[in-house]
Formats: sequence, structure tokens, C-alpha cells
Amino acid sequence: MLELLNDIVSITLTTVKDVIPIAVILFGFQFLVIRKPLPNMKRVLIGFFYVLVGLSLFLLGLEKALFPLGKLMAQQLTDPTFIAGAKTVGNATLQWFDYYWVYIFAFLIGFSTTIAEPSLIAVAIKANAVSGGAIGIWGLRISVAIGVAVGISLGTYRIVTGVPIHYFIIFGYIVVVIQTCFAPKMIVPLAYDSGGVTTSTVTVPLVAALGLGLADTVPGRSTLIDGFGLIAFASLFPIISVMTYAQITEWLERRYNKRVRLKEQTNKQAVAE
Amino acid sequence: MQQGIIAIFRAMLGSLRDLAPIILVIGFFQLVVLQQPIPNLADIVIGVIFVLLGLTFFIFGLEMGLFPVGESMAHALARKGSVFWLVSFAFALGFGTTVAEPALIAVAAEAAEVAAQGGMIEVSEASKSAYATGLRFTVAFSVGLAIVLGVIRILAGWSIQWMIIGGYILVVIMTTLAPKEIIGIAYDSGGVTTSTITVPLVTALGVGLASSIEGRNPMTDGFGLIAFASLTPMIFVMAYGMVI
Repeated sequence: MLELLNDIVSITLTTVKDVIPIAVILFGFQFLVIRKPLPNMKRVLIGFFYVLVGLSLFLLGLEKALFPLGKLMAQQLTDPTFIAGAKTVGNATLQWFDYYWVYIFAFLIGFSTTIAEPSLIAVAIKANAVSGGAIGIWGLRISVAIGVAVGISLGTYRIVTGVPIHYFIIFGYIVVVIQTCFAPKMIVPLAYDSGGVTTSTVTVPLVAALGLGLADTVPGRSTLIDGFGLIAFASLFPIISVMTYAQITEWLERRYNKRVRLKEQTNKQAVAE
Repeated sequence: MQQGIIAIFRAMLGSLRDLAPIILVIGFFQLVVLQQPIPNLADIVIGVIFVLLGLTFFIFGLEMGLFPVGESMAHALARKGSVFWLVSFAFALGFGTTVAEPALIAVAAEAAEVAAQGGMIEVSEASKSAYATGLRFTVAFSVGLAIVLGVIRILAGWSIQWMIIGGYILVVIMTTLAPKEIIGIAYDSGGVTTSTITVPLVTALGVGLASSIEGRNPMTDGFGLIAFASLTPMIFVMAYGMVI
């Protein structure tokens, strides 16, 4: 119990330390440059307090419960003896598809950590409000999560096969550029943003553990060079998936409108006859 | 009072739904794929309750504190009409929130390790820590610059795609020139710079600014600041690798 209390205090202090520079900048500008009191000062301060407490509890809980297990799991799943499984160890060389549990884990952990990512929730709430409800909170979150999932599983495939990272990234950029020309204008900035939003508190530690574990056990990979790069995948593919989401929604809407118009026409004809 | 409790309870249910996928995935892999028991079940249950409470508080605080502050400051600075102060605020916010970011500190330390092994710098604690600090300030500077660029874009009404595509082309060119060891880290640094507190603030800043300037649409002009903040670090980290 005492230990738990100790953990709470130390993690709150760390969060406070992270928040102090931000608070100094905000309140410094507010009082020195804007020189007007903030509207609803009391409410805002309570809000900051909630953010602080919330983030501390969130991090503490993750470190207590999910990170140790998730990291251990990443190590166990990338362990050659687990991957070899039924194959006699040392006899057959491992092919890239022998790592299928790793890809599945990468996909699922990418998806699920993104759904729980607080900064993505924040952006989704804002985008929903600004777009007047045209962009759904869950629609955005799920499409970003799918992007991260695909990105991270491709990233693990890259570590296993050793294909240079920039091939994937440059190919992804080309897809983004082409999609930008066709996607609805209003989604483009939000889609670009969703790349950076996805990777913070929850996703980075688990994904980094997966990358480093994998680079450590696959023969011929260096932890330092190949262990990195998963985050880059996780921030590129959501751009593509969010634009795709907008394109699909637009297409469905157009089809729906067309059908409604057709129906109206046939109704009119029926009336005329 | 009772209404408040119901609201909190509802919010916690929402957080539980946000968290359920992770619990399911980890549970499935532990019990079915790896076929091992779950260690320290009590610890995990306590941890999950903390995460739930934390997420709930965070979202409450977001709507009460972070969003209103970001937006009201954007409005106030726009009304003041001084581009200088707006730009300095943007830079300070980008630089100040990044330089102390724990994820960045970790990545910088690892990058120093790579550089030492690759023979780019001396293998000594002093040179490694100098390299890491230099890298941290480079990334923080690049994020500050990114927010400034993004704010100027909102003021001027430039469309985002040309700037981002230009940035991509720069990244591709730099990739061919930068030392091979730094590339993975450079690509990753784009993603790690934007923390949980920075993202809502910066988003609110952009949306607030776009909605207080006539002729700007908060949807097409307000978003995009984070995109700049995840692009410039890649370019600057590769440049850092080339120079040192």
C-alpha cells in the first residue's frame, strides 16, 4: 500500500514537471502579453488539475498493469523458440511467414492502443465539433486505429525481411500525395494531423518494445538500426486510412442521394400517370 | 450532485469501452496464444482501474481546461493583431512543450548510442550526452518552427497540401544524403514529439485562430499544425546527422 502511494506521488511529480513549462508559457503570455484575466479562470484551473490527475493516474495504471505484460508478451512472441513452434529448432530456417503471430499481435496491439490514445480522443472530439458532426468521433478513431494497425504490422514485416525502411515510407508518401488530389478538401488537414496524433502515451512504449524485441531476435538485424522505424509506420498509414474513410463516406452519401433522387423521380412519374 | 455522479459514471463507462480492446488483445495472447497464466492479477486489476479513472479525469479536464485555454488565447492574440506576439507564442509553445518531452529524451539517448557505434562521434559519455542534448534542442527548435509555419499558413490562408508535399520531397532527398544509421530514428522522431498535452492545446490554437480570422474555415485551415510538427523533426534530425 505504501509502495503504491509512493508510486502515485512520484508519477504525479513527473507529470507536474512535464506540465510546468507548458503552464509557464501559457500563463506568461496570458499575463504579460494579453494582459487580461482568462475567462472562467477558476474553471480552467480545475480543468488543468483534472488533466494533471488524469494523466498521472493513466500513466501509473499503464505502468502497473499493461506495459509490463505487453512488453513481456512482445519478447515472448518474438522469441525464436516460440516462432519455430512445431518445427525442429535449428533445423529449418525461419521464413517470413513463420512470424505470423507477430504480425497479428502487431495489428491488434496497434489497433487497440490507438483506440485508448487520449490525444486522439481529444482531436476526434474537436473535429466532430468543428465539422458540425460531419466527422464522427468513432469513425475517425476507428479509421486512425486501422491505419496504425496496418502500419505496425507492415513495420514488423519490414524488420523480419530487412527491406530498407525508406522504400515503404516513400511509397506511402506517393499514396498520400495521390489521395490528396482526390479526397474531400475538408478532410486533408485533419488526415495529415492524425499521423502525428496517434503515437503518444499508450502506443509508443508497447510498439517500441515490439520493434526492439523483434530486431534483437531476427538473425542479421541490429537492434539499433532496425529496432526503430515502427513509429514512423504508425504515423504514416493513418493519413492514408483517414482519407480513405472520408472518400468512402462521401461515396456512400453520393450513392444515397442518387437513390433518393431516383425515388423522387419515380414517385413523380407515378403521380403524373 | 446526483447528476454529477451519473455524468462521471457515464464517462467511466466510456473509458472502459476505450480500454476494452487492449485488455482483450493482451488477455487473448496471454491465455490462448502463449498459453500462460496472467501474473499478478490483483496488480493488473488495480492498474486498469487507475487507467480508467485517469482517462475519465483527463477527458473532463480537456473540455474544461485545455481546449478553452488554447482557443481563448488564440482569439485574444488574434484580436491584439500583433503577428510578432502570435508567432512568438507559437514558437514558445512548440519549443517549450517538446524540449522536456520524456519520449524525446529517450529517443535522443538512443540516437547518441547509434552515433557512437556508427563511429560518428567518440565513444565516451561526455560526447554522447552532448550529442543527445544537441539533438533534443534541434528537434525542439524544429517543432517550434513547425508551429510558427503552421500559424503563418493559417494567417495567410495557404493551402496545406503543397507545404506538406514539399516537406515530403525534402524528406526523400535528405534520406538519400543522410547517414544510414540515423534514418530510422529520424523517421521515428516525427511521431514522438507530440505529447498528450501538446496535441489538444495546439489543435485548439489552430482551430481558435482559424475561427477568429475572417475568411478562414476552422476545418480546412484550423487543423494541420500537428502535421507540421511531425514533419519538420524528420528533416532536422537527418540534417543533424549529416552535420555532426
